[in-house]
Amino acid sequence: MDFTLTEFTPLSATVGGALIGLSSGLLLLMLGKIAGVSGIAAGAFSSDFNKAGWRLAFIAGLIFSAIVYRWFSGAPLDVDIQMSLPWMIVGGFLVGLGTRMGSGCTAGHGISGLARLSKRSFIATLIFFLTAMVTTTAVRGLV
Amino acid sequence: MLVLLVALVCGTLFGLGLVISQMVNPAKVLNFLDVTGQWDPTLGVVFICALSVGLPFYQWVLRTRRQAVLDEEFDVPDNSSITPSLIGGSALFGAGWGLAGLCPGPGITALPTLLPGVLGFTIAMIVGMMIYRFANADKRVDAPPRRQGISNS
Repeated sequence: MDFTLTEFTPLSATVGGALIGLSSGLLLLMLGKIAGVSGIAAGAFSSDFNKAGWRLAFIAGLIFSAIVYRWFSGAPLDVDIQMSLPWMIVGGFLVGLGTRMGSGCTAGHGISGLARLSKRSFIATLIFFLTAMVTTTAVRGLV
Repeated sequence: MLVLLVALVCGTLFGLGLVISQMVNPAKVLNFLDVTGQWDPTLGVVFICALSVGLPFYQWVLRTRRQAVLDEEFDVPDNSSITPSLIGGSALFGAGWGLAGLCPGPGITALPTLLPGVLGFTIAMIVGMMIYRFANADKRVDAPPRRQGISNS
């Protein structure tokens, strides 16, 4: 299988990364909530509006951002899927199950968790970065 | 309603961060995770920059404020135990992330592309979350407390 080659883009990475950190900090300052996307997505399905309301609004913002970006840049969003649909589904299922079982994802443990110096999040982040690197490297070595 | 507006703005900023840094593109994520190929360090820079802003911001908020601006308590986890489910769940998540090149934020943010791979990933992710929730419905923190008195478990 051919994989899409990408170039190192440090400038946009710096701007984008700073925005992610800013958004996480603002959510804590204003609402006292952790910007963990897996927890937000799972909690958005609650029937209690106090629990679901702000989460649905955050998710609407995520989706809205891709549309805003296209309005202003005029360029289509580069999303180069690298795996076949069945593998994307398997990947999505593992991400959903794993983030609930492990109580967090790249945002909740990786950014917010490390930002509040949580030992649990440090361990979780170490594990998912390592298993992701092993998985990608193994999958690409086999195909 | 101000709460909803703030959450919408935060979600939009977060999504713009993912879009601008191209973390919505699985090719860039996988080219970081694949350490043997033509390595793309972008994800590492995004992560470090997000923490460089997020860490001081979090520490300032948590050390100087008793409550959030909109009169809400800080909803911050106080659990500090390293449990098998933390380790196992994180390992499963890493495997799925390394396979697809998407995690929850980019999966949702990329939905407007309507690409089958993105839709399949995100729907399967929600299914995985729901299955975990229903399988653990009796252990949830917000579940009603069990009746006390008879202890034979």
